[in-house]
Amino acid sequence: MGSLNLKSIRKAFGNHEVLKGIDLEVKDGEFVIFVGPSGCGKSTLLRVIAGLEDASSGSVQIDGQEVINTPPAKRGIAMVFQSYALYPHLTVKDNMGLGLKQMGAPKAEVDAKVAKASGMLSLEPYLARRPAELSGGQRQRVAIGRAIVREPKLFLFDEPLSNLDAALRVNTRLEIARLHRSLKATMIYVTHDQVEAMTLADKIVVLNAGQIEQVGSPMELYNKPANTFVAGFIGSPQMNFIEAGKLGDSKAKTVGIRPEHITLSRESGDWKGKVIHVEHLGADTILYLETEVTGLLTVRLFGEHRYAVDDVVYSTPDRASMHRFGADDRVIV
Amino acid sequence: MSKARISPLRSGFVHLALAGYTVVALFPVVLTIFNSFKDKNAIFRTPLALPTAETFSLIGYTTVLKQGDFIGYFQNSLIVTVVSIFFALLFGAMAAFALSEYRFRGNTLMGLYLAIGIMIPIRLGTVAILQGMVAAGLVNTLTALILVYTAQGLPLAIFILSEFMRTVSDDLKNAGRIDGLSEYAIFFRLVLPLVRPAMATVAVFTMIPIWNDLWFPLILAPGEATKTVTLGSQVFIGQFVTNWNAVLAALSLAIFPVLILYVIFSRQLIRGITAGAVK
Repeated sequence: MGSLNLKSIRKAFGNHEVLKGIDLEVKDGEFVIFVGPSGCGKSTLLRVIAGLEDASSGSVQIDGQEVINTPPAKRGIAMVFQSYALYPHLTVKDNMGLGLKQMGAPKAEVDAKVAKASGMLSLEPYLARRPAELSGGQRQRVAIGRAIVREPKLFLFDEPLSNLDAALRVNTRLEIARLHRSLKATMIYVTHDQVEAMTLADKIVVLNAGQIEQVGSPMELYNKPANTFVAGFIGSPQMNFIEAGKLGDSKAKTVGIRPEHITLSRESGDWKGKVIHVEHLGADTILYLETEVTGLLTVRLFGEHRYAVDDVVYSTPDRASMHRFGADDRVIV
Repeated sequence: MSKARISPLRSGFVHLALAGYTVVALFPVVLTIFNSFKDKNAIFRTPLALPTAETFSLIGYTTVLKQGDFIGYFQNSLIVTVVSIFFALLFGAMAAFALSEYRFRGNTLMGLYLAIGIMIPIRLGTVAILQGMVAAGLVNTLTALILVYTAQGLPLAIFILSEFMRTVSDDLKNAGRIDGLSEYAIFFRLVLPLVRPAMATVAVFTMIPIWNDLWFPLILAPGEATKTVTLGSQVFIGQFVTNWNAVLAALSLAIFPVLILYVIFSRQLIRGITAGAVK
């Protein structure tokens, strides 16, 4: 239970095409993350899956059943929203139980499921409170609880962590990962934060301008980006892109090298340059160099390093970790 | 330790201005109430004086209560006002919800069309309305007044409420849809409670012109059984003789129901505002 199949989904608002033909298969129990810059259509795609937005054309199948004409409540999905979207006039308990109650489930069953979900999320002390009396993190847990109670075939998350502060975000991320493991449910999750995508996903779908750029596991995307967009989007700090001509490579247009795949030396190396800025993060040191060959170059060193602005350094890329992209921005294998 | 405080002089001026406005606003009302307790001579000789033991008289009130069915007039006014507000709010909110929530062809145009009534007074259509009511056999019924006042209240209600409804979170409505609430349930159970302050504002703005209106009761429902308070008090104003005691007494009495309604709505208004602020 819980597979999803999208076939050439298109969505246009007036003349503006937001989704330009999306094909995707999600297997039962997978954690899939849609990631991409704002305006790439990832939230719209999620809304199409939920049935909150009608697709202009294409087909949505949940568990092999066409649901394009099924209302959201009958699709067997549950959704967690960025703004929590809790019912302000209902208690936590009623918020969580409303969906089941609407389906006509007996009260005892609703109570049991609410109790189970609130136990999983340690929400028991707050069951009688209203959303206004909860903190942001608690509210988001209630929203997740509301989704669990419905026992859906498909969990949909729409940027659920964006409104939380950094520490809470890490905790809630952990909680969602644990939840996925214990529920073994299919989850689809939208975010613009690539760290969330890398840490949570079984499979990442990178979207750009209404199209899928690449689908793959986090490490596949990191190690084998299919094009410059994915290469630049996944990984932080961003991959360095160098004009291939500067390196004497006539077949490729661009060469990419990740900041962590460059070594530094004060004595000798491939590219001589000057340090223009240093960021000390403790575990990492990030250096920005202006080199004679490549121009601006970001280098990530592990641990603490004593480089200062205006130091002259030599950087050497790890040839095996270089990515070569052709004139169409696709990778050359 | 120095404390940030407003200078007494400045706060004095603020209070002076506020007190001045209060006096100006309340003066006619207070004068009406005072004079309604005086005899006729005193009203003209010393219109600004308080009623004294010599000038005190309840003649106005006894006249009002004896002549005509004033309790009945009050009832008519209350029924017309309350029912009209109810329908104007209900239909106004529904139209506003449709305009703010659904994308359909001609949405903006429809919104403008429904708001035109704010700019064009409904009285321009009096002749057509009267013809319509005659044809429908509704002359001299409260229904006629309720229909007209509902129509009169709708444009402002739609205009204000649709602006407010745009501010209600889409996620909340979508959460309701996923939980299986019908569009009606979303409207009544999620959206309406959140726009309650706006509803109270609209109710107050709709109520006062309806209660005070003389035009439509005079034209559509002048019969004894359907007279409203404003129309009922007109019997004391004649071309040659006006019974000022009775007019003032009737007006004083007419203030109270509307005052009570106002207090109810404005409390809602304040409660709504503070409930939103602490969330």
